[in-house]
Amino acid sequence: MGKRLRFTRFMQGAAIAAVGALALAGCSGQPGGETAGGDFTGEYDGPEVTLQYWNGFTGGDGPFMEQMVDEFMAEHENIKIESTTQEWSDFYQKLPAAVTAGEGPDVGVMHLDQLATMAARNVIVPVDDLADELELSADDFTEEVWDAGVYHDARYGIPLDVHSLAMYYNTDHFAAAGITEPPTDAASFADALAKLKAAGFENPFWMPALWPAHLMDLSLIWQNGGEPYSEDGAEATFDSPEGVEALTWMRSMVDEGYSPADVAADSQYVAFKNGETSITWDGIWQINDLTESGIPFAAAPVPTIGSDSAVWANSHNFFLARQAAADANKANAAKVFIAWMSENSGEWAKAGMIPARESVRDSGVLDGTVQQPIAEQIGSMRFLPAVPGLGAVQAETLEVAVADGVLGKAPTEEALTREADRATQLMEENLEKFGE
Amino acid sequence: MSSQTPVGSETRVGASVVEAPTAASVARSSHRPGQSPTRPKRFTPWLFLLPYLLLFTVFVIVPSVFGIWISLHEWDYTLPNKPFVGAENYTDLFDPGSVNAGSFWTSMRATGIFTLFSVPLLLVLPLLVALLMNRRFPGRNFFRAVYFAPYVLGVAVVGLMWRYLLDNNIGLVNFYLGVFGLPDETAWTTSLPAAWVALVGVTVWWTLGFNSVIYLAALQDIPAELYEAAAVDGANSWQQFRHVTLPGLRPILTFVTINTLIASANMFGQSYIITQGAPGRETRTAIYQIAETGLRNFQMGDAAAMSYVLTLFLMMISVIVFWLFREKKEKPLTSGGTK
Repeated sequence: MGKRLRFTRFMQGAAIAAVGALALAGCSGQPGGETAGGDFTGEYDGPEVTLQYWNGFTGGDGPFMEQMVDEFMAEHENIKIESTTQEWSDFYQKLPAAVTAGEGPDVGVMHLDQLATMAARNVIVPVDDLADELELSADDFTEEVWDAGVYHDARYGIPLDVHSLAMYYNTDHFAAAGITEPPTDAASFADALAKLKAAGFENPFWMPALWPAHLMDLSLIWQNGGEPYSEDGAEATFDSPEGVEALTWMRSMVDEGYSPADVAADSQYVAFKNGETSITWDGIWQINDLTESGIPFAAAPVPTIGSDSAVWANSHNFFLARQAAADANKANAAKVFIAWMSENSGEWAKAGMIPARESVRDSGVLDGTVQQPIAEQIGSMRFLPAVPGLGAVQAETLEVAVADGVLGKAPTEEALTREADRATQLMEENLEKFGE
Repeated sequence: MSSQTPVGSETRVGASVVEAPTAASVARSSHRPGQSPTRPKRFTPWLFLLPYLLLFTVFVIVPSVFGIWISLHEWDYTLPNKPFVGAENYTDLFDPGSVNAGSFWTSMRATGIFTLFSVPLLLVLPLLVALLMNRRFPGRNFFRAVYFAPYVLGVAVVGLMWRYLLDNNIGLVNFYLGVFGLPDETAWTTSLPAAWVALVGVTVWWTLGFNSVIYLAALQDIPAELYEAAAVDGANSWQQFRHVTLPGLRPILTFVTINTLIASANMFGQSYIITQGAPGRETRTAIYQIAETGLRNFQMGDAAAMSYVLTLFLMMISVIVFWLFREKKEKPLTSGGTK
């Protein structure tokens, strides 16, 4: 593939940009913030620049990102990329501080559900011109991924991938229990669990109380037809009847003996890797890690326990930090980097992710991969609304309620109501804080 | 050179001079050409203090005052406007209806529980270890190293390791308990009070070495003659411990107590990594909650107010500890300084 294709693409882009430069300059008064370093010219031929690139790919996906960065540098002699990889939780704490202090990255990757927050905090700048230049449009993406990158009418993120929860199952266990097809709904799931138990797998489905428990809970709320938060960001609704039903089902896995009680942090995943449990729901970013562990496993979409097929998903998005915006060279080089990454996102499929661009997905990069059956369900993937500050609120409230509910420390309804009230209060404060 | 090098204006105890050399007299007598005047200038001590004072000002005084300023505002450093709210961040903490009050006091209680159980253990166990290590026996240095070794590990290593060891379903702790026929179903990190036992236990294992080393140094400072004298007087080992060792350790004990108390009250990493605050929010300590509120939720005003309330508690406790130790100090040996 490549080089020539990309070259012409850039030439084409440059031409379009040249023609449209005036027009773009006229209409690029993004309401959300300053324009980053003038308009993107499609390629970078200025002096050598070094870009600070931050990401949180600490797991099985890390090496693939490093490899892509190396490939990019090999093709762009005047752009040097210095990667900084850190845990996502540290990332989101440090990024605003670093950018405020002028010590942040020029370019980076963050989750879709953080874009609005970081935009509201003036950490990142709009990249509409880049999207235009790449001729990216809603057509190439699922609507939800594309729309969630917009905050106050400006686009802040270029989606790299989508990643959702998946159901992993131990193929040996399934064979021993005589299950031929991965379960797809509540009935077949219950049936599979019963068969596994009968085949001597005492606890076939460990129910976590912590990560990724809240992602399971969100998926189930959506499956039941509910919404965890109101679209306008004013109210937490995860204590709705649908929400209560979701968490009650999770707890029932413990009550019915499919899961041991009091599953500690990470142990359902470790147990799955050890072959101690037969089924686990976890992110598709674990695929490489599981492959490496050598257990016989396969992945399937999360079964529809409720009425609608739905699963929690998120997306890694490239962003341009405010810092780079001040320097036209850096801004342009950063955009070249993002453009290249977006166009080569097929490579990223090796990291276990699903490329966000439909054109890339359809190019066959997913054929035969573990995540292929999940990628087919991309239409049912659900994302959190673009509400600033929501991520932190969720960590403070919903996660605590889910933990309490699964551990049986409080009746599910009581835990959810208590934390939803708190979440609503925090969300109201946020609305006030971020204005409009 | 002058035989009486002046030590400031300090009077040396036991020196034969009746009158201590005052600064003025020294200056008069020793001012010779070619020799710098030894008369201490007024600002000389300040000059010596300056480097530390500078650091103290920049890293302690200024942030503390700035912290108070922050606590009076609704402060989010990434946003341009930081409205002044007066004492609202403080009053909110005492208003059960506010967002942060409930979780804050839960976390204060968690800190209290942890401190209450960890401090006594961290005062007594290291002393026992130090007493053992103070004896002469083959391999003593090896055992000293063994007890101190965990202390050099970072909290991330300790936390992660114990998180897996303590895991109630797949961890080694429960496995071995089972092997020895003990109850092996305890959920060490997700249920109460087991989570507290785990957190206190891990902390004691981890930091015991530090207090032991300090005790050991103090033990070695107690003159052997005192023990000999006590032995001659027919004191048994308990009496020797009670009347020689303990009084000899008293000044160090104040330091160790305050230090351990503050360290325990600042516990954060262990519960952040091992229990992640579970079950629910029960093992979230005050520092944990402050970090969540301020650094994750960006409610820095509220977080600052919380930390000042915590500081106030710590100051009160420190004063009480100082007071307790000072009281006891006066009672026994006043004539213990003789040889």
